[in-house]
Amino acid sequence: MLKINNLQAAIGEKQILKGINLEVKAGEVHAIMGPNGSGKSTLASVLAGREDYDVTDGSVEFMGSNLLDLSPEARAAEGIFLAFQYPIEIPGVTTINFLKTAINQIRKYHGQDPLDAAQFLRMMREKAKLVKIDDALLKRSLNEGFSGGEKKRNEIFQMAMINPKLAILDETDSGLDIDALRIVAEGVNTLRSPENATIVVTHYQRLLDYIVPDYVHVLYQGRIVKSGPKELAYELEEKGYDWIKDEVAQAV
Amino acid sequence: MNHPDFIQLPMTLKDKLISDFKDAELRLNGEAQTPLHRTRQQALRSFEELGFPTIRHEEWKYSNVSTLAKQAFDFGQATDFGQAEVAQLSIPKLDGNILYFVNGVYRADLSKVVSNPSTLKISSFADAARTNPGLIEKHFAKYANFEDNAFTALNTAFTHDGVVIEVPDNQVVAEATVLRFVNDARTANAASQPRNLIVAGKNAQIKVAESFRTVGDFAGFTNVVTEIVLHENANVEYYKVQNESNSSYHIGTTQVCQHDKSHFYSATVTLNGGFVRNNLNIVLDGQHCEAFMYGLYFPNGKQHVDNHTLVDHAKPNSYSNEVYKGILKDKSTGVFNGKIFVRQDAQKTNAYQTCRNVVLSDEASMNTKPQLEIYADDVKCSHGTTTGKLDDEALFYMRSRGIPKDQAMTLLTLAFCDDVVSQIKIDAIREYLRELIQEKLAE
Ligand SMILES: Nc1ncnc2c1ncn2[C@@H]1O[C@H](COP(=O)(O)OP(=O)(O)O)[C@@H](O)[C@H]1O
Ligand SMILES: [Mg+2]
Repeated sequence: MLKINNLQAAIGEKQILKGINLEVKAGEVHAIMGPNGSGKSTLASVLAGREDYDVTDGSVEFMGSNLLDLSPEARAAEGIFLAFQYPIEIPGVTTINFLKTAINQIRKYHGQDPLDAAQFLRMMREKAKLVKIDDALLKRSLNEGFSGGEKKRNEIFQMAMINPKLAILDETDSGLDIDALRIVAEGVNTLRSPENATIVVTHYQRLLDYIVPDYVHVLYQGRIVKSGPKELAYELEEKGYDWIKDEVAQAV
Repeated sequence: MNHPDFIQLPMTLKDKLISDFKDAELRLNGEAQTPLHRTRQQALRSFEELGFPTIRHEEWKYSNVSTLAKQAFDFGQATDFGQAEVAQLSIPKLDGNILYFVNGVYRADLSKVVSNPSTLKISSFADAARTNPGLIEKHFAKYANFEDNAFTALNTAFTHDGVVIEVPDNQVVAEATVLRFVNDARTANAASQPRNLIVAGKNAQIKVAESFRTVGDFAGFTNVVTEIVLHENANVEYYKVQNESNSSYHIGTTQVCQHDKSHFYSATVTLNGGFVRNNLNIVLDGQHCEAFMYGLYFPNGKQHVDNHTLVDHAKPNSYSNEVYKGILKDKSTGVFNGKIFVRQDAQKTNAYQTCRNVVLSDEASMNTKPQLEIYADDVKCSHGTTTGKLDDEALFYMRSRGIPKDQAMTLLTLAFCDDVVSQIKIDAIREYLRELIQEKLAE
């Protein structure tokens, strides 16, 4: 589904991603871990098409086409979804209105008719129940005045509505208490299918108790320096990142 | 600005207007002796002394009227503007009292008043001057200062028509009152100087909208002055909506005087106009008053919109809140100048002001100047102005959900405008504006 090959990205003069290689197949869950400042959010943003970053080398293939050639909106329509580490507040645009526009634009991209109000509402109720998000929240301006947990839940709600092929969750667990974490994880698990895939960015193993990954990767200084099965997450939790940093230092 | 059919004058506009005044005076007969006319004469002398302001004048630094002062305008020119033309300007679903003024002249044939005459006393200025001279004498030109504002002086000197509204004590006018000022510039330059007076009695309530349109491609010149008086505990909603042409000049002053416990609520929305200058001056000459001032301007092309506001807290315990927002496209320019005076007596004043601007093109520019002069010590005042681009983070967020860039920009801009537009409590006008804004964004 996704093939990242030697991806390098910079912001201004600063090289952040220094050659990422990663392959994600349909049905898989990949966890990306690593200390703060490693480039995890950068990788997520580059995949979603944020224009602040310059891709200086490498390629990304998604469902057989060149992802880097597509605008952010086309990537979304093709099935990429990024749950933001820091969701944006948009005063004056309600979540409902926002999502209706988004979903109908994606449908338009695929040559489908827009959903009518009743269809949209039905779908909204169903998905809101899934992530236990309050209806009242959805009628308010997008994320405006939401608590940290409400914002994260809204991200998962949007994901449920849009039903992407590849979801990238950027630290969706940070700032969540255990109950919220469980709800978010349940939401993600319900949406898992053999046809879609998930990349979970986190720096705690905690979330991975609920969303069990097939692979764990450690991103450090702009490179994936270690990959392994889900047990790698426990090892990291126990020993921290220092041993990885040492390994990297020795290898140089 | 574009002037497709620029009519040059052999003399300056100032000289022409002064000579027009003298000619008209000869035809006045008995009216020349009235207090109204004596005020006109004083105002003309002020205008003669002041002349049109130049950019050397501090208040006109960024708004240049020199091209206006070179053109030929006649006030109240004859027009065949009728029902058919009015139909094209109508605002869908608008009910209430709707009064038309074409080239500054009241048109009873195009107007309708539905409110009960004991609740709403409304007439053209010309009629009120005959039927209610007491009210005119008491209030006319008592608030809008013509001694140091050339345009107010000019309007006062040429006061002839406009509207006079009186809401007697304890009366509540449920219906909206919409004043539609149209300059007909289809076949020649058009000019008008409406003069309005709104007096709300004790505990009285009214909502009034002034709408300005210039139709046709010849130059238009509107110089309007509206004086509004709120007696104790009166409540006035006042909306000014401008949708003029690219070849039009609009200069307007709304002068408000608030007595104790009165509540003034205003929104000024400028959608189009070649050159626009709005002065909104509020004197809080009473305690426990509230004044709200919302503003939105959305110039494009080479349009220029200048809002000057003044809130004068003259007495203690009052509250004012001002929110102006601008969106500037293409090569348009904007000016915001917001003055807040808090006089020594005006303890426990709360005065707030913000002005936020979004510049959609590198060639557009905005000039903001908040001015706070505070002479009392126990007050709460704040102000803030920002000018920037649309929020890139928000745009990316929306695009990452599948919303194309153009549409994301439209959604964000509409949301930005709606902070102000949603304040308009006359439903038909609010919805009409939402449509026009959406159309203009799509251009
Ligand atoms: N917009 C930006 N401008 C400058 N530096 C940035 C920007 N975004 C990220 N960085 C830098 O890139 C590095 C990686 O950041 P990030 O991808 O957010 O890491 P992570 O998500 O792994 O914590 C950090 O050193 C960070 O400071
Ligand atoms: Mg991060």
